[in-house]
Amino acid sequence: MSKIVLEHIDKYYGSNHVLRDINLTIEDGDFMTLLGPSGCGKTTTLRVISGLEKPQNGRMTMDGRPIINAEESFFEAPSKRGLNLVFQSYALWPHMTVYNNVAFGLKIKHMPKKELTDCVTNALRVMRIEEYKDRYPNELSGGQQQRVAIARAIATSPKLLLLDEPLSNLDARLRIDMRAELKRLHKETGTTIIYVTHDQVEALTMSTQIALFKEGEISQLDTPLGIYTNPIDLQAADFIGNPRINFVNGTALYDGGELHVKSSLGEYHFPQKDIKLDEECPLNEAFDCVLGIRPETIEISLENEGHKNTVSASVYASQPAGSETLITLTVGDAELLAIQIGLKEYDVNQAVFAVLHPGRMNVYNKATTRLIKYAHTTQP
Amino acid sequence: MEKAKQQQKPFSWVRIKNQVWGVLSNPFNVIVFISLVTLFCLIIIPLFTMVRDTFTVAKAELRQMPGASIGDMTLFYWKYLFATVLGTSVFLPALGRSLMIGFFVTIISMPLGALLAWLMVRSDIPGKKILSMLIIVPYMIPSWCKSLAWLSLFRNQTAGNLGLLAGMGIPVPDWLAYGPIAIILVMSLHYYAFAYIMVSGSLRSINSELEEMGEIQGANKVQILKSITLPLVMPALLSAAIMTISKSIGSYGVAASLGQFTGYQVLSTLLKYFLNGTPQRVGYVISILLIIMASGTIIANQKLIGVRKSYATIGGKGTRSNPMRIGWAKWPLLAFLVIFLFAAMVMPMFALVMESFQLRTGAGYGANNLTLYAWIGVWENRPLPFLAYDGLLKNADFMGALWNTVKLSLIASIITAFCGQFLGYISTRGRGKWYGQLTEQMVFLPYLMPGVAFGAIYFAMFSQPRLGGFIPSLYGTFTLIVLVSVVKHFPFASRSGTASMMQISPELEEAAEIAGASFWRRIGSIVIPLSKSGFVSGLMLAFISITKELDLIAVLMTPTNRTLPYLAFEYSKNMPQGADAIAIVILLFILLCYTVANLFGADVSKSM
Repeated sequence: MSKIVLEHIDKYYGSNHVLRDINLTIEDGDFMTLLGPSGCGKTTTLRVISGLEKPQNGRMTMDGRPIINAEESFFEAPSKRGLNLVFQSYALWPHMTVYNNVAFGLKIKHMPKKELTDCVTNALRVMRIEEYKDRYPNELSGGQQQRVAIARAIATSPKLLLLDEPLSNLDARLRIDMRAELKRLHKETGTTIIYVTHDQVEALTMSTQIALFKEGEISQLDTPLGIYTNPIDLQAADFIGNPRINFVNGTALYDGGELHVKSSLGEYHFPQKDIKLDEECPLNEAFDCVLGIRPETIEISLENEGHKNTVSASVYASQPAGSETLITLTVGDAELLAIQIGLKEYDVNQAVFAVLHPGRMNVYNKATTRLIKYAHTTQP
Repeated sequence: MEKAKQQQKPFSWVRIKNQVWGVLSNPFNVIVFISLVTLFCLIIIPLFTMVRDTFTVAKAELRQMPGASIGDMTLFYWKYLFATVLGTSVFLPALGRSLMIGFFVTIISMPLGALLAWLMVRSDIPGKKILSMLIIVPYMIPSWCKSLAWLSLFRNQTAGNLGLLAGMGIPVPDWLAYGPIAIILVMSLHYYAFAYIMVSGSLRSINSELEEMGEIQGANKVQILKSITLPLVMPALLSAAIMTISKSIGSYGVAASLGQFTGYQVLSTLLKYFLNGTPQRVGYVISILLIIMASGTIIANQKLIGVRKSYATIGGKGTRSNPMRIGWAKWPLLAFLVIFLFAAMVMPMFALVMESFQLRTGAGYGANNLTLYAWIGVWENRPLPFLAYDGLLKNADFMGALWNTVKLSLIASIITAFCGQFLGYISTRGRGKWYGQLTEQMVFLPYLMPGVAFGAIYFAMFSQPRLGGFIPSLYGTFTLIVLVSVVKHFPFASRSGTASMMQISPELEEAAEIAGASFWRRIGSIVIPLSKSGFVSGLMLAFISITKELDLIAVLMTPTNRTLPYLAFEYSKNMPQGADAIAIVILLFILLCYTVANLFGADVSKSM
């Protein structure tokens, strides 16, 4: 129903440059997550899209219709953009009942009474809060208020739904419930959603696309799987994934054909097709690199089964947590965190064998911190 | 580099058109503009006009300045006050007296207020609940009522009508009945409230664990008070001292009524003396001096103590407060409290009420001396030849003044409360932006000016047509009284407006904006419903404050627009029973208002 294009958006607060040349295309029906640590510009981007902030430079269109043209100081009013916003604080009007909160926007549009009641009831039913319609917001729990806020936003059937860290005020269990709720909502309504969060789990679990923000710029734009498997730089790699990725220092040499990497894990040779050629990668010259290894790609066995990339390791500590077990290993002078499904028991300092999969590793140029070798989602 | 990029944009008519439309189509911008212009016209221009007038020749002084014409530059008025015998002979003593009164009032009211605050907040004195309610009452009584009460006790032959003591045959000398001692004592019994409110606020924010820690270290109670409690409340105490000095220097009503019989002039009464006589503009000069003295102390206070003040709240996380056991000392302290309440509340009320029923003041309370004349008497049938007026309820003056007071208080307080919410809205939504700061600063200005000096500014501005007749002379009109009352109460009204607007998160409005609500719709559906209680309590407090106001409007009074406080002041010259009766009417009215205001959750201490 709605394709949003942002071009060259710049936003300044005084001399503070908070959005730097943002270019972003959100396809119709996308669940686009703006992900990044606090202060990186993701909420500002959302507010620019909603019309609550006016950028100094850039353009925005929705389905080809101009919404922002900063060169001409043209800014469409928020209410004429066909969108709705759920605030982090919910921003429920405390003096109105749940019903009136949800009905407000429709009343403004002078919707006929009968239709209005249907719309409100429907929104309340979708969010499963019909029985609270006569309560005031302060008589509801946090999770219920959250549902009201979303119901209010979807009651007007917006073409675009903006969500600003909607789950950050909820407790951990409720958050998982609401994630499912939002995903279902996206599927059922087919609305384009832009979702702001600093929680990478939310981003990975719900989105169709993730825009990773870093200091006012979009550093990476990809699908959740793409972002998870190949984070664009060391910072992103560190940010995405829980438990976090392992970094192992090494030396690399690129001979124009293969990338040779030496580290305490041994020596690997990566084929040219996996190499990210648009990045800085010195030719025929040794340089420092960092290997990125996801914990779940490390297999642990008690016997050496003769796999090609088996290294002997020692258990530093093991943390069984019921459904999974985290094992910290030492291999040479490197420390690796591995994860295994189910309850596993290891002794401290127990000698084990770790099977590694070079094809699933990332390689980063240490000097530029950028990704130079793609990982595969499965071992080829 | 980035900055340059921000500014470099090719010229475009479309952009200009959109920019202009963007600013004009947002009602908020229009409202900010209107408010700024209004504030500028009501505060900055009058102040500037008065300052300019002190440097230009007025018609009245033409004869004394050969060769000059109206509007010429002159230093005549400043020289008159500072360099002529006529000026200095009245000005210098008045200046000295004002400073002296300010000094002594502070010296007395600081320890008084602080002690009361400590007893009420931190000690285990018995009957705390009822006492802390009673302690508030004296400062609900307008200060001019207290001076009337003082007179009803101490008046002697000099005033014509005897007071209670003189009537009992106790000789009361003039130096006790009128003048500095009377003024200082009455003001102290009024302005103790600053110290009381600020210190008790500060004490409440101190965690009693800080004191308990001292106790564990082995300090005795006096040591704890001296080295822990006192330093922590010191910033609050200093602020209160500054406020007290500033207020007592600028106070008019008390000084005027207690100084009138012996011609004891302080700066504020001298100001009125010149405004009513000649050279009028010397009064403006005095007004400027008063403003400088009052605002100077307050600004100095903010600069010096403002930063350090914050440490008073480093009390810790809890608000837990265990009262300190004061043992045997509670009995003498309780006695002191009772004496204070007696002197500041019971005695004045008693004297006022009883005197209003006396035929001859100071002649005892025998049945033959009791009368309702001051209430319902008729002058034609007056029992004594020297009674000057009809009783209140038969008195056209009183009825007129009552009507004026009610009309003024109602109209002015509604406008004030409404403007206050509006100004509060602008300053909270404009927080950190230039217009928000400018609004806050302009609104704050009347706070720095003593009431009588602020009245003088409006006197100067509106006693003649301005802008070539575009603004007519408003002197003597009811409009002017309303205007001055509204503007003078801007600071406190906008503070309460700001407080209530702070409760309304901007996101509540943004949510409505996205839903398509226009600016006015947002104000109507979101802001007003949510700020209703703030509006009501602001309204009540403004109403009370305007009802009892004397200083502010004293120089603007004409016989047709007199209010009750001013009428009481007039009556106190030769018909004390009438003045007392008016005071009683006002007091009852104010107490009623406070009770109602309290029901709405208004904080009484904010109406100071």
